[in-house]
Amino acid sequence: MTHTGVAANADVVIEGLVKRFGTTSALDGVSFSVGRGELFGVIGPDGGGKTTLFRILVTLMVPDGGSARVFGLDVVRDLWALRQRIGYMAGRFSLYPDLSVEENLRFFASVFGTTIAEQYEQIAPIYSQLEPFKARRAAALSGGMKQKLALCCALVHRPDILVLDEPTTGVDAVSRREFWDLLATLKATGLTMLVSTPYMDEADRCDRVALMQRGRLLAVDQPAAITRSFDRPLFDVRAPDRYRALLALRGYAHTHSVFPFGETLHFTDDRADLDPARIQQEAAAALERAGIAGATVTPGTVTIEDSFMARMGAPEAMPEAPGGRAA
Amino acid sequence: MTTTPAIAARELTRTFGDFVAVDHISFDVQPGEVFGFLGANGAGKTTAIRMLTGLLAPTSGSATVAGYDISREGEDVKRSIGYMSQKFSLYEDLTVSENIRLYGGIYDLSSGEIADRMRRILTRLGLEHAARSLVRDIPLGWKQKLAFSVALLHEPRVVFLDEPTSGVDPITRRQFWELIYETARGGTTVLVTTHYMDEAEYCDRISIMVAGRIAAIGTPAELKANAGVASIDELFVRLARPAASVA
Repeated sequence: MTHTGVAANADVVIEGLVKRFGTTSALDGVSFSVGRGELFGVIGPDGGGKTTLFRILVTLMVPDGGSARVFGLDVVRDLWALRQRIGYMAGRFSLYPDLSVEENLRFFASVFGTTIAEQYEQIAPIYSQLEPFKARRAAALSGGMKQKLALCCALVHRPDILVLDEPTTGVDAVSRREFWDLLATLKATGLTMLVSTPYMDEADRCDRVALMQRGRLLAVDQPAAITRSFDRPLFDVRAPDRYRALLALRGYAHTHSVFPFGETLHFTDDRADLDPARIQQEAAAALERAGIAGATVTPGTVTIEDSFMARMGAPEAMPEAPGGRAA
Repeated sequence: MTTTPAIAARELTRTFGDFVAVDHISFDVQPGEVFGFLGANGAGKTTAIRMLTGLLAPTSGSATVAGYDISREGEDVKRSIGYMSQKFSLYEDLTVSENIRLYGGIYDLSSGEIADRMRRILTRLGLEHAARSLVRDIPLGWKQKLAFSVALLHEPRVVFLDEPTSGVDPITRRQFWELIYETARGGTTVLVTTHYMDEAEYCDRISIMVAGRIAAIGTPAELKANAGVASIDELFVRLARPAASVA
Protein backbone atom coordinates (compact mmCIF):
# COMPACT_ATOMS: atom_id res chain seq x y z
CA MET A 1 0.00 0.00 0.00
CA THR A 2 2.76 2.47 0.85
CA HIS A 3 4.08 2.42 -2.67
CA THR A 4 7.52 3.91 -2.32
CA GLY A 5 8.31 4.35 -6.01
CA VAL A 6 12.05 4.88 -5.53
CA ALA A 7 13.04 6.84 -8.58
CA ALA A 8 16.59 6.61 -9.95
CA ASN A 9 17.07 10.32 -9.35
CA ALA A 10 15.57 10.39 -5.85
CA ASP A 11 17.02 13.20 -3.70
CA VAL A 12 15.75 11.63 -0.48
CA VAL A 13 15.63 7.90 0.26
CA ILE A 14 14.34 6.78 3.63
CA GLU A 15 14.24 3.11 4.59
CA GLY A 16 12.72 1.59 7.72
CA LEU A 17 13.41 4.63 9.86
CA VAL A 18 12.85 4.06 13.59
CA LYS A 19 13.07 6.51 16.49
CA ARG A 20 11.99 5.83 20.05
CA PHE A 21 11.59 8.15 23.02
CA GLY A 22 11.35 5.95 26.12
CA THR A 23 8.52 3.52 25.40
CA THR A 24 6.98 5.69 22.66
CA SER A 25 7.78 4.93 19.02
CA ALA A 26 7.93 8.32 17.35
CA LEU A 27 8.89 6.67 14.04
CA ASP A 28 7.93 3.07 13.57
CA GLY A 29 9.52 1.87 10.32
CA VAL A 30 9.05 4.77 7.91
CA SER A 31 10.07 4.35 4.24
CA PHE A 32 9.60 6.66 1.26
CA SER A 33 11.57 8.60 -1.31
CA VAL A 34 11.38 12.08 -2.78
CA GLY A 35 12.35 12.79 -6.39
CA ARG A 36 14.40 15.68 -7.75
CA GLY A 37 12.31 18.85 -7.85
CA GLU A 38 9.34 17.29 -6.09
CA LEU A 39 7.13 19.20 -3.64
CA PHE A 40 6.45 16.49 -1.09
CA GLY A 41 3.96 16.89 1.77
CA VAL A 42 3.96 15.04 5.10
CA ILE A 43 0.46 15.40 6.47
CA GLY A 44 -0.96 14.41 9.83
CA PRO A 45 -2.00 15.52 13.30
CA ASP A 46 0.34 16.57 16.13
CA GLY A 47 2.25 13.73 17.71
CA GLY A 48 2.40 11.77 14.46
CA GLY A 49 6.18 11.92 14.10
CA LYS A 50 6.50 14.65 11.46
CA THR A 51 8.95 16.79 13.41
CA THR A 52 11.09 13.80 14.44
CA LEU A 53 11.27 12.65 10.83
CA PHE A 54 12.39 16.09 9.63
CA ARG A 55 14.95 16.52 12.42
CA ILE A 56 16.58 13.25 11.40
CA LEU A 57 16.56 14.30 7.74
CA VAL A 58 18.31 17.58 8.48
CA THR A 59 20.96 15.80 10.62
CA LEU A 60 19.81 17.25 13.95
CA MET A 61 18.82 13.90 15.41
CA VAL A 62 20.14 10.35 15.06
CA PRO A 63 17.71 7.51 14.28
CA ASP A 64 17.56 4.30 16.34
CA GLY A 65 17.14 2.16 13.24
CA GLY A 66 16.84 2.27 9.47
CA SER A 67 18.55 4.77 7.23
CA ALA A 68 18.02 8.11 5.54
CA ARG A 69 20.06 9.44 2.63
CA VAL A 70 19.82 12.86 1.04
CA PHE A 71 21.63 13.30 -2.29
CA GLY A 72 23.15 9.89 -1.59
CA LEU A 73 24.73 11.19 1.63
CA ASP A 74 23.95 9.46 4.91
CA VAL A 75 22.31 11.75 7.48
CA VAL A 76 24.44 10.31 10.30
CA ARG A 77 27.86 9.80 8.70
CA ASP A 78 27.90 12.66 6.22
CA LEU A 79 26.24 15.37 8.28
CA TRP A 80 28.79 18.10 7.61
CA ALA A 81 28.60 17.71 3.85
CA LEU A 82 24.82 17.63 4.03
CA ARG A 83 24.28 20.70 6.18
CA GLN A 84 25.65 22.98 3.45
CA ARG A 85 23.04 21.68 1.05
CA ILE A 86 19.92 21.65 3.24
CA GLY A 87 17.69 24.59 4.08
CA TYR A 88 15.61 23.94 7.21
CA MET A 89 12.77 25.88 8.72
CA ALA A 90 11.91 24.63 12.21
CA GLY A 91 8.33 24.34 13.43
CA ARG A 92 8.75 26.96 16.10
CA PHE A 93 9.77 30.47 15.14
CA SER A 94 13.51 30.23 15.64
CA LEU A 95 14.89 33.56 14.47
CA TYR A 96 16.29 36.25 16.75
CA PRO A 97 13.32 38.34 17.92
CA ASP A 98 15.53 41.29 18.93
CA LEU A 99 17.30 41.51 15.59
CA SER A 100 15.73 43.28 12.65
CA VAL A 101 14.56 41.54 9.51
CA GLU A 102 17.76 42.49 7.70
CA GLU A 103 20.02 41.58 10.62
CA ASN A 104 18.50 38.11 10.91
CA LEU A 105 19.00 37.48 7.23
CA ARG A 106 22.55 38.86 7.27
CA PHE A 107 23.37 36.62 10.24
CA PHE A 108 22.14 33.43 8.58
CA ALA A 109 23.98 34.36 5.37
CA SER A 110 27.23 34.89 7.29
CA VAL A 111 26.92 31.52 9.08
CA PHE A 112 27.11 29.92 5.65
CA GLY A 113 29.87 32.24 4.47
CA THR A 114 27.79 34.28 2.06
CA THR A 115 26.02 37.65 1.90
CA ILE A 116 22.55 38.95 1.14
CA ALA A 117 23.87 40.75 -1.94
CA GLU A 118 25.44 37.59 -3.34
CA GLN A 119 22.24 35.59 -2.90
CA TYR A 120 19.79 38.33 -3.74
CA GLU A 121 18.43 36.65 -6.83
CA GLN A 122 17.63 33.44 -4.93
CA ILE A 123 15.67 35.16 -2.18
CA ALA A 124 14.24 38.08 -4.19
CA PRO A 125 10.72 36.68 -4.75
CA ILE A 126 10.22 36.52 -0.97
CA TYR A 127 12.61 39.16 0.31
CA SER A 128 11.06 41.82 -1.91
CA GLN A 129 7.89 41.48 0.19
CA LEU A 130 9.88 41.94 3.40
CA GLU A 131 12.20 44.73 2.31
CA PRO A 132 9.81 47.57 3.18
CA PHE A 133 10.02 46.33 6.79
CA LYS A 134 13.70 45.41 6.86
CA ALA A 135 14.46 47.64 9.86
CA ARG A 136 11.64 46.17 11.92
CA ARG A 137 12.46 43.81 14.79
CA ALA A 138 11.50 40.22 13.95
CA ALA A 139 9.37 40.05 17.11
CA ALA A 140 7.15 42.85 15.78
CA LEU A 141 6.25 41.08 12.52
CA SER A 142 2.86 39.50 11.88
CA GLY A 143 2.65 35.70 11.86
CA GLY A 144 2.62 35.49 8.08
CA MET A 145 5.61 37.82 7.74
CA LYS A 146 7.61 35.89 10.34
CA GLN A 147 7.12 32.78 8.25
CA LYS A 148 8.33 34.57 5.14
CA LEU A 149 11.44 35.80 6.93
CA ALA A 150 12.15 32.29 8.25
CA LEU A 151 11.81 30.98 4.70
CA CYS A 152 14.25 33.61 3.44
CA CYS A 153 16.77 32.66 6.13
CA ALA A 154 16.44 28.98 5.15
CA LEU A 155 17.09 29.88 1.52
CA VAL A 156 19.93 32.35 1.86
CA HIS A 157 22.76 29.83 1.47
CA ARG A 158 21.22 28.51 -1.76
CA PRO A 159 20.37 24.99 -0.55
CA ASP A 160 19.51 22.15 -2.93
CA ILE A 161 16.62 20.99 -0.77
CA LEU A 162 14.23 22.78 1.57
CA VAL A 163 12.76 21.05 4.62
CA LEU A 164 9.91 23.05 6.16
CA ASP A 165 8.34 21.83 9.40
CA GLU A 166 4.75 23.04 9.71
CA PRO A 167 5.31 26.47 8.16
CA THR A 168 1.56 27.21 8.12
CA THR A 169 0.48 25.99 11.56
CA GLY A 170 -1.53 28.60 13.44
CA VAL A 171 -1.45 30.87 10.40
CA ASP A 172 -4.78 32.14 9.06
CA ALA A 173 -6.32 30.79 5.87
CA VAL A 174 -5.23 33.76 3.75
CA SER A 175 -1.58 33.76 4.85
CA ARG A 176 -1.52 29.99 4.38
CA ARG A 177 -2.52 30.38 0.75
CA GLU A 178 0.08 33.07 0.18
CA PHE A 179 2.75 30.85 1.70
CA TRP A 180 1.86 27.97 -0.59
CA ASP A 181 1.92 30.36 -3.55
CA LEU A 182 5.49 31.21 -2.58
CA LEU A 183 6.40 27.53 -2.42
CA ALA A 184 4.95 27.10 -5.91
CA THR A 185 7.25 29.91 -7.11
CA LEU A 186 10.24 28.16 -5.54
CA LYS A 187 9.22 24.85 -7.03
CA ALA A 188 9.41 26.42 -10.48
CA THR A 189 13.15 26.95 -9.88
CA GLY A 190 13.61 23.18 -9.50
CA LEU A 191 14.15 23.13 -5.74
CA THR A 192 13.22 19.87 -3.97
CA MET A 193 10.94 20.51 -1.00
CA LEU A 194 9.55 18.59 1.96
CA VAL A 195 6.77 20.33 3.85
CA SER A 196 4.79 19.05 6.84
CA THR A 197 1.34 20.29 7.81
CA PRO A 198 -1.60 19.33 9.99
CA TYR A 199 -4.03 20.92 7.49
CA MET A 200 -5.36 18.22 5.17
CA ASP A 201 -6.65 20.74 2.65
CA GLU A 202 -3.05 21.69 1.83
CA ALA A 203 -2.40 18.23 0.33
CA ASP A 204 -3.56 19.42 -3.08
CA ARG A 205 -0.68 21.87 -3.26
CA CYS A 206 1.83 18.97 -3.22
CA ASP A 207 3.03 16.65 -5.99
CA ARG A 208 2.89 13.71 -3.62
CA VAL A 209 2.01 13.35 0.04
CA ALA A 210 2.63 10.94 2.89
CA LEU A 211 -0.25 10.63 5.36
CA MET A 212 1.30 10.13 8.77
CA GLN A 213 -0.11 9.06 12.10
CA ARG A 214 1.48 7.70 15.28
CA GLY A 215 4.86 7.13 13.67
CA ARG A 216 3.58 5.26 10.64
CA LEU A 217 2.72 6.20 7.08
CA LEU A 218 -0.88 5.46 6.14
CA ALA A 219 -0.27 6.16 2.45
CA VAL A 220 2.29 7.71 0.08
CA ASP A 221 1.02 8.87 -3.30
CA GLN A 222 -0.30 11.73 -5.41
CA PRO A 223 -3.23 13.40 -3.61
CA ALA A 224 -5.63 12.49 -6.43
CA ALA A 225 -4.53 8.85 -6.35
CA ILE A 226 -5.13 8.69 -2.60
CA THR A 227 -8.67 10.00 -2.86
CA ARG A 228 -9.33 7.76 -5.90
CA SER A 229 -8.42 4.70 -3.90
CA PHE A 230 -11.22 5.35 -1.37
CA ASP A 231 -12.94 2.00 -1.25
CA ARG A 232 -16.65 2.87 -1.44
CA PRO A 233 -19.07 5.49 -2.74
CA LEU A 234 -19.40 8.58 -0.57
CA PHE A 235 -22.54 10.71 -0.18
CA ASP A 236 -23.27 14.26 0.93
CA VAL A 237 -26.16 14.51 3.36
CA ARG A 238 -27.74 17.91 3.89
CA ALA A 239 -30.41 18.66 6.47
CA PRO A 240 -31.61 21.82 8.21
CA ASP A 241 -30.75 20.19 11.55
CA ARG A 242 -27.38 18.66 10.78
CA TYR A 243 -26.71 17.41 14.29
CA ARG A 244 -29.97 15.41 14.47
CA ALA A 245 -29.27 13.99 11.02
CA LEU A 246 -25.83 12.91 12.25
CA LEU A 247 -27.32 11.13 15.26
CA ALA A 248 -30.00 9.52 13.06
CA LEU A 249 -27.41 8.15 10.63
CA ARG A 250 -25.33 6.80 13.51
CA GLY A 251 -28.39 4.74 14.45
CA TYR A 252 -28.93 3.51 10.87
CA ALA A 253 -28.18 -0.21 10.46
CA HIS A 254 -26.10 0.14 7.27
CA THR A 255 -23.89 3.09 8.21
CA HIS A 256 -20.19 2.44 7.66
CA SER A 257 -19.11 5.99 8.54
CA VAL A 258 -20.73 9.39 9.02
CA PHE A 259 -18.77 12.57 9.71
CA PRO A 260 -19.61 16.29 9.67
CA PHE A 261 -17.87 18.03 6.74
CA GLY A 262 -18.48 21.75 6.57
CA GLU A 263 -22.14 22.29 5.80
CA THR A 264 -22.73 18.62 4.92
CA LEU A 265 -22.33 15.18 6.45
CA HIS A 266 -20.18 12.63 4.61
CA PHE A 267 -21.86 9.23 4.68
CA THR A 268 -20.72 5.79 3.51
CA ASP A 269 -22.70 2.54 3.56
CA ASP A 270 -21.27 -0.73 4.89
CA ARG A 271 -22.47 -2.55 1.76
CA ALA A 272 -19.56 -1.36 -0.40
CA ASP A 273 -20.68 -3.18 -3.56
CA LEU A 274 -24.34 -2.22 -3.51
CA ASP A 275 -25.63 -0.04 -6.36
CA PRO A 276 -24.94 3.58 -5.32
CA ALA A 277 -28.42 4.67 -6.42
CA ARG A 278 -29.92 2.19 -3.99
CA ILE A 279 -27.64 3.25 -1.14
CA GLN A 280 -28.72 6.82 -1.77
CA GLN A 281 -32.46 5.95 -1.78
CA GLU A 282 -32.27 3.80 1.31
CA ALA A 283 -30.28 6.36 3.31
CA ALA A 284 -32.79 9.07 2.39
CA ALA A 285 -35.64 6.75 3.44
CA ALA A 286 -33.88 6.00 6.73
CA LEU A 287 -33.54 9.71 7.48
CA GLU A 288 -37.22 10.23 6.75
CA ARG A 289 -38.20 7.34 9.04
CA ALA A 290 -36.08 8.93 11.77
CA GLY A 291 -38.14 12.09 11.41
CA ILE A 292 -35.41 14.27 9.86
CA ALA A 293 -37.27 16.85 7.77
CA GLY A 294 -35.90 18.14 4.48
CA ALA A 295 -32.83 15.88 4.30
CA THR A 296 -31.18 15.24 0.93
CA VAL A 297 -28.62 12.58 -0.01
CA THR A 298 -26.46 13.18 -3.10
CA PRO A 299 -23.22 11.70 -4.45
CA GLY A 300 -20.26 13.46 -2.80
CA THR A 301 -16.56 14.02 -3.48
CA VAL A 302 -13.90 12.21 -1.47
CA THR A 303 -11.31 14.54 0.12
CA ILE A 304 -7.88 13.74 1.55
CA GLU A 305 -9.41 14.08 4.99
CA ASP A 306 -11.97 11.33 4.22
CA SER A 307 -9.12 9.11 3.07
CA PHE A 308 -7.11 9.92 6.17
CA MET A 309 -9.98 9.07 8.51
CA ALA A 310 -10.76 5.85 6.64
CA ARG A 311 -7.13 4.76 6.95
CA MET A 312 -6.33 5.95 10.46
CA GLY A 313 -8.71 3.55 12.22
CA ALA A 314 -9.55 4.51 15.79
CA PRO A 315 -8.38 7.89 17.09
CA GLU A 316 -5.65 7.90 19.67
CA ALA A 317 -6.60 5.65 22.58
CA MET A 318 -6.11 6.44 26.24
CA PRO A 319 -3.53 4.50 28.20
CA GLU A 320 -5.21 1.55 29.91
CA ALA A 321 -4.21 2.39 33.46
CA PRO A 322 -1.97 4.93 35.19
CA GLY A 323 1.61 4.00 34.42
CA GLY A 324 0.54 1.15 32.16
CA ARG A 325 0.55 2.85 28.79
CA ALA A 326 -0.79 0.78 25.96
CA ALA A 327 1.95 0.36 23.36
CA MET B 1 -36.20 39.23 20.71
CA THR B 2 -36.94 39.38 24.44
CA THR B 3 -34.11 37.26 25.82
CA THR B 4 -31.02 39.10 27.04
CA PRO B 5 -28.14 38.38 24.67
CA ALA B 6 -25.34 36.26 26.12
CA ILE B 7 -22.87 38.70 24.56
CA ALA B 8 -23.73 42.23 23.46
CA ALA B 9 -20.95 44.47 22.15
CA ARG B 10 -21.66 48.13 21.32
CA GLU B 11 -19.06 50.19 19.46
CA LEU B 12 -16.40 48.28 21.37
CA THR B 13 -12.98 49.82 20.67
CA ARG B 14 -9.41 49.33 21.80
CA THR B 15 -6.37 51.25 20.69
CA PHE B 16 -2.68 50.67 21.44
CA GLY B 17 -0.95 54.01 20.82
CA ASP B 18 -1.91 55.00 17.28
CA PHE B 19 -2.97 51.49 16.38
CA VAL B 20 -6.70 50.72 16.46
CA ALA B 21 -6.80 47.00 17.23
CA VAL B 22 -10.59 46.81 17.61
CA ASP B 23 -12.54 49.50 15.82
CA HIS B 24 -16.14 50.13 17.00
CA ILE B 25 -17.47 46.60 16.76
CA SER B 26 -21.10 45.85 17.62
CA PHE B 27 -22.70 42.42 17.69
CA ASP B 28 -24.99 40.17 19.74
CA VAL B 29 -24.71 36.48 20.51
CA GLN B 30 -27.87 34.74 21.74
CA PRO B 31 -27.99 32.21 24.59
CA GLY B 32 -27.21 28.69 23.39
CA GLU B 33 -25.68 29.88 20.13
CA VAL B 34 -22.44 28.50 18.68
CA PHE B 35 -20.79 31.65 17.37
CA GLY B 36 -17.67 31.42 15.18
CA PHE B 37 -15.34 34.39 15.67
CA LEU B 38 -13.11 34.43 12.61
CA GLY B 39 -10.43 36.73 11.26
CA ALA B 40 -6.92 36.81 9.88
CA ASN B 41 -3.96 36.90 12.29
CA GLY B 42 -3.77 40.44 13.62
CA ALA B 43 -7.36 41.33 12.70
CA GLY B 44 -8.23 42.02 16.34
CA LYS B 45 -9.89 38.78 17.49
CA THR B 46 -7.62 38.22 20.47
CA THR B 47 -7.93 41.82 21.64
CA ALA B 48 -11.73 41.60 21.37
CA ILE B 49 -11.79 38.33 23.33
CA ARG B 50 -9.52 39.79 26.01
CA MET B 51 -12.00 42.65 26.46
CA LEU B 52 -15.03 40.34 26.52
CA THR B 53 -13.39 38.12 29.16
CA GLY B 54 -12.59 41.09 31.39
CA LEU B 55 -8.81 40.93 30.92
CA LEU B 56 -8.42 44.21 29.04
CA ALA B 57 -10.33 47.48 29.42
CA PRO B 58 -11.92 48.95 26.30
CA THR B 59 -10.75 52.37 25.13
CA SER B 60 -14.35 53.23 24.32
CA GLY B 61 -17.67 51.55 23.72
CA SER B 62 -19.20 48.89 25.94
CA ALA B 63 -20.20 45.27 26.15
CA THR B 64 -22.16 42.94 28.37
CA VAL B 65 -21.38 39.26 28.83
CA ALA B 66 -23.95 37.05 30.59
CA GLY B 67 -25.77 40.30 31.39
CA TYR B 68 -22.80 41.91 33.19
CA ASP B 69 -21.01 45.04 32.06
CA ILE B 70 -17.40 44.23 31.21
CA SER B 71 -16.11 47.59 32.48
CA ARG B 72 -18.01 47.85 35.76
CA GLU B 73 -18.75 44.21 36.64
CA GLY B 74 -15.56 42.45 35.60
CA GLU B 75 -15.58 40.01 38.51
CA ASP B 76 -19.15 38.91 37.76
CA VAL B 77 -18.17 38.46 34.12
CA LYS B 78 -15.26 36.22 35.09
CA ARG B 79 -17.48 34.07 37.30
CA SER B 80 -19.98 33.62 34.47
CA ILE B 81 -17.59 32.58 31.72
CA GLY B 82 -15.32 29.68 30.88
CA TYR B 83 -12.18 29.93 28.76
CA MET B 84 -10.05 27.43 26.96
CA SER B 85 -7.19 27.98 24.57
CA GLN B 86 -5.00 25.67 22.59
CA LYS B 87 -1.91 27.23 24.09
CA PHE B 88 -2.77 26.95 27.76
CA SER B 89 -5.48 25.01 29.42
CA LEU B 90 -4.37 22.43 31.97
CA TYR B 91 -1.40 21.90 34.28
CA GLU B 92 0.75 19.19 32.70
CA ASP B 93 2.39 18.20 35.98
CA LEU B 94 -0.89 17.57 37.77
CA THR B 95 -3.08 14.51 37.28
CA VAL B 96 -6.45 14.62 35.55
CA SER B 97 -8.35 14.62 38.86
CA GLU B 98 -5.98 17.17 40.44
CA ASN B 99 -6.64 19.56 37.57
CA ILE B 100 -10.38 19.18 38.01
CA ARG B 101 -10.08 19.72 41.77
CA LEU B 102 -7.85 22.77 41.31
CA TYR B 103 -10.27 24.50 38.96
CA GLY B 104 -13.20 23.52 41.17
CA GLY B 105 -11.42 25.23 44.06
CA ILE B 106 -10.65 28.35 42.02
CA TYR B 107 -14.34 28.67 41.17
CA ASP B 108 -15.33 28.11 44.80
CA LEU B 109 -17.29 24.88 44.30
CA SER B 110 -18.03 22.76 47.39
CA SER B 111 -16.16 19.46 47.72
CA GLY B 112 -19.45 17.66 47.12
CA GLU B 113 -19.98 19.56 43.87
CA ILE B 114 -16.41 18.91 42.77
CA ALA B 115 -16.70 15.16 43.43
CA ASP B 116 -20.00 15.04 41.63
CA ARG B 117 -18.80 16.94 38.54
CA MET B 118 -15.52 15.03 38.49
CA ARG B 119 -17.50 11.77 38.20
CA ARG B 120 -19.66 13.23 35.44
CA ILE B 121 -16.69 14.47 33.39
CA LEU B 122 -14.70 11.25 33.73
CA THR B 123 -17.72 9.16 32.73
CA ARG B 124 -18.70 11.40 29.82
CA LEU B 125 -15.18 11.32 28.39
CA GLY B 126 -14.52 7.68 29.25
CA LEU B 127 -11.54 8.75 31.37
CA GLU B 128 -12.40 6.90 34.61
CA HIS B 129 -9.26 4.77 34.51
CA ALA B 130 -7.05 7.79 33.73
CA ALA B 131 -8.07 9.96 36.70
CA ARG B 132 -4.62 9.49 38.25
CA SER B 133 -2.61 9.90 35.04
CA LEU B 134 -0.53 13.04 34.65
CA VAL B 135 -2.04 15.35 32.06
CA ARG B 136 1.31 15.42 30.25
CA ASP B 137 0.94 11.67 29.60
CA ILE B 138 -2.47 11.74 27.92
CA PRO B 139 -2.89 12.18 24.14
CA LEU B 140 -3.51 15.68 22.78
CA GLY B 141 -7.08 14.96 21.67
CA TRP B 142 -8.08 13.83 25.14
CA LYS B 143 -6.29 16.75 26.72
CA GLN B 144 -8.36 19.14 24.62
CA LYS B 145 -11.65 17.42 25.49
CA LEU B 146 -10.68 17.45 29.17
CA ALA B 147 -9.69 21.12 28.99
CA PHE B 148 -13.09 21.94 27.51
CA SER B 149 -14.88 20.03 30.28
CA VAL B 150 -12.80 21.83 32.90
CA ALA B 151 -13.69 25.18 31.32
CA LEU B 152 -17.35 24.19 31.88
CA LEU B 153 -16.82 22.95 35.44
CA HIS B 154 -18.47 25.92 37.13
CA GLU B 155 -21.38 25.81 34.66
CA PRO B 156 -20.63 29.15 33.00
CA ARG B 157 -23.26 30.76 30.80
CA VAL B 158 -20.74 31.67 28.12
CA VAL B 159 -17.61 29.77 27.12
CA PHE B 160 -14.77 31.14 24.96
CA LEU B 161 -12.77 28.60 22.95
CA ASP B 162 -9.60 29.89 21.29
CA GLU B 163 -8.46 27.51 18.53
CA PRO B 164 -9.54 24.49 20.56
CA THR B 165 -8.88 21.91 17.81
CA SER B 166 -5.44 22.96 16.49
CA GLY B 167 -3.35 19.98 15.49
CA VAL B 168 -5.70 17.21 16.66
CA ASP B 169 -6.54 14.34 14.32
CA PRO B 170 -9.60 14.72 12.08
CA ILE B 171 -11.79 12.21 13.94
CA THR B 172 -11.02 13.70 17.36
CA ARG B 173 -11.63 17.17 15.91
CA ARG B 174 -15.16 16.10 14.98
CA GLN B 175 -15.74 14.48 18.39
CA PHE B 176 -14.75 17.80 19.91
CA TRP B 177 -17.39 19.59 17.86
CA GLU B 178 -20.00 17.17 19.15
CA LEU B 179 -19.07 18.23 22.68
CA ILE B 180 -19.61 21.82 21.54
CA TYR B 181 -23.05 20.99 20.13
CA GLU B 182 -24.10 19.17 23.30
CA THR B 183 -22.95 22.09 25.41
CA ALA B 184 -24.86 24.60 23.31
CA ARG B 185 -28.00 22.45 23.47
CA GLY B 186 -27.74 22.61 27.23
CA GLY B 187 -28.11 26.41 26.90
CA THR B 188 -24.46 27.44 27.23
CA THR B 189 -23.31 30.01 24.69
CA VAL B 190 -20.12 29.14 22.80
CA LEU B 191 -17.81 31.65 21.12
CA VAL B 192 -15.11 29.82 19.17
CA THR B 193 -12.13 30.81 17.00
CA THR B 194 -10.56 28.51 14.44
CA HIS B 195 -8.25 28.42 11.43
CA TYR B 196 -10.08 25.39 10.00
CA MET B 197 -12.55 26.97 7.62
CA ASP B 198 -14.74 23.84 7.47
CA GLU B 199 -15.36 24.33 11.19
CA ALA B 200 -16.79 27.77 10.49
CA GLU B 201 -19.62 25.97 8.72
CA TYR B 202 -20.47 24.10 11.93
CA CYS B 203 -21.38 27.35 13.70
CA ASP B 204 -24.90 28.76 14.00
CA ARG B 205 -23.53 32.18 13.08
CA ILE B 206 -20.10 33.57 12.37
CA SER B 207 -18.41 36.94 12.15
CA ILE B 208 -15.31 37.72 10.12
CA MET B 209 -13.04 40.47 11.44
CA VAL B 210 -10.82 42.43 9.08
CA ALA B 211 -8.51 45.16 10.35
CA GLY B 212 -10.37 45.66 13.64
CA ARG B 213 -13.86 45.74 12.16
CA ILE B 214 -16.53 43.13 11.58
CA ALA B 215 -16.60 42.75 7.80
CA ALA B 216 -19.34 40.13 7.73
CA ILE B 217 -21.74 38.57 10.22
CA GLY B 218 -24.57 36.05 9.79
CA THR B 219 -25.32 32.37 9.35
CA PRO B 220 -22.82 30.56 7.13
CA ALA B 221 -25.60 29.91 4.60
CA GLU B 222 -26.65 33.60 4.46
CA LEU B 223 -23.09 34.83 4.10
CA LYS B 224 -22.32 32.41 1.28
CA ALA B 225 -25.56 33.22 -0.54
CA ASN B 226 -25.04 36.99 -0.23
CA ALA B 227 -21.47 36.82 -1.46
CA GLY B 228 -22.22 34.22 -4.13
CA VAL B 229 -19.46 31.88 -2.94
CA ALA B 230 -19.39 28.12 -2.39
CA SER B 231 -17.59 28.05 0.96
CA ILE B 232 -16.70 30.19 3.95
CA ASP B 233 -13.06 29.63 3.00
CA GLU B 234 -13.66 31.48 -0.27
CA LEU B 235 -15.47 34.33 1.48
CA PHE B 236 -12.75 34.58 4.13
CA VAL B 237 -10.01 34.87 1.54
CA ARG B 238 -11.96 37.46 -0.41
CA LEU B 239 -12.57 39.65 2.65
CA ALA B 240 -9.22 39.23 4.35
CA ARG B 241 -6.80 39.29 1.44
CA PRO B 242 -6.35 43.07 1.05
CA ALA B 243 -5.70 43.54 4.77
CA ALA B 244 -3.43 40.52 5.10
CA SER B 245 -0.80 41.88 2.73
CA VAL B 246 0.11 44.58 5.26
CA ALA B 247 2.73 43.52 7.77
